[in-house]
Amino acid sequence: MLEELYKKKRKQLLLGFLIGVGFGFLLDRGGATDFNIIVNQLLLKDFRVLKIIFTAIITGMIGVHLIVRYLPPELQPKSCQWKPIIIGGLIFGVGFAVLGLCPGTAAGAMGTGAVHAVFGVIGMLLGAGIFASVYTHIEDFMGESDLGPVTIPESLSINKWWVILAFSIILSTIMYLLERAGF
Amino acid sequence: MNPFTSDLWSPYIVGAGIGILVWLGFLLSNKAIGCSTAYARTSGMAEKFVRGEKVKDKPYYKKFVPEIDWEWMLVLGIVVGALISSLLSGSFRIEMVPQVWEKTFGSSQILRFAGALIGGILLGFGARMAGGCTSGHGISGTSQLSLGSWLAFLFFFIGGILTAMIIYGGI
Repeated sequence: MLEELYKKKRKQLLLGFLIGVGFGFLLDRGGATDFNIIVNQLLLKDFRVLKIIFTAIITGMIGVHLIVRYLPPELQPKSCQWKPIIIGGLIFGVGFAVLGLCPGTAAGAMGTGAVHAVFGVIGMLLGAGIFASVYTHIEDFMGESDLGPVTIPESLSINKWWVILAFSIILSTIMYLLERAGF
Repeated sequence: MNPFTSDLWSPYIVGAGIGILVWLGFLLSNKAIGCSTAYARTSGMAEKFVRGEKVKDKPYYKKFVPEIDWEWMLVLGIVVGALISSLLSGSFRIEMVPQVWEKTFGSSQILRFAGALIGGILLGFGARMAGGCTSGHGISGTSQLSLGSWLAFLFFFIGGILTAMIIYGGI
């Protein structure tokens, strides 16, 4: 039944849109569409954004692994190309601080009336276009450190449920300590 | 207190809700939530509009075909969802220069727009090099315990925290 649903193109586009509406709604309710809240997170003055992400990871992690255990969907981890991830990640981080929003939250910020976010979105289109244009020149660099679509439990050769338990405890403890410290 | 009109929700409720949306993406669409490929596809569509069909021959656009797909609709949905939320809560307002930016760089709109544009270029480029963004790597990828996604998540924040400290923190 689910496999049939995955093949229905129009229904899938509608589902993508509806999940997006929910995502945008929640991002805004959490304050993540606000430049000030994101930059204050990066300045380590306000930990709202990290609390949202950590809770989403714990919730997502448990549910997704139950879904792939019992239902048709399979995990789809991205390839671990560690060099481009580190360098691209740092470039992303610089942009994250300067724009004060990320690709998802910038889309949300536009919806809340942030005119400057529109320039961020135009910039992201340009940046993605520049990447597409130079891609053939950096293809070797992109591939040379590829470890494949590996997961943490696979690379440590331990049962994934122990990793899920460990991450849930670590992330919850960090959030508990943040609350106790008054953040 | 009406939760739809109050200003902000608990980050734990919001985070759990986003986690449930990740489940729904897997369950109903067999997809991991992400945003940055939508920008790559849109960029390809814009380029196709200017340069014609030959854009499709670019190797990168063979991997990410410039068309409207599930993730593109998701990003469109984010705009609409945030609009609905901010209208209900009354927080919708035209913002030209955010407060924290103004404290450092002053109230010039041109400067803020230029900053946002440059930040956006770096984000768009960096996200495509790293293979994802705060959603695709930071939430969906980490939820799948993907090694590369945890690494990306770490470096997004290392880069972000250092840069923010330097430009807004006065270090």
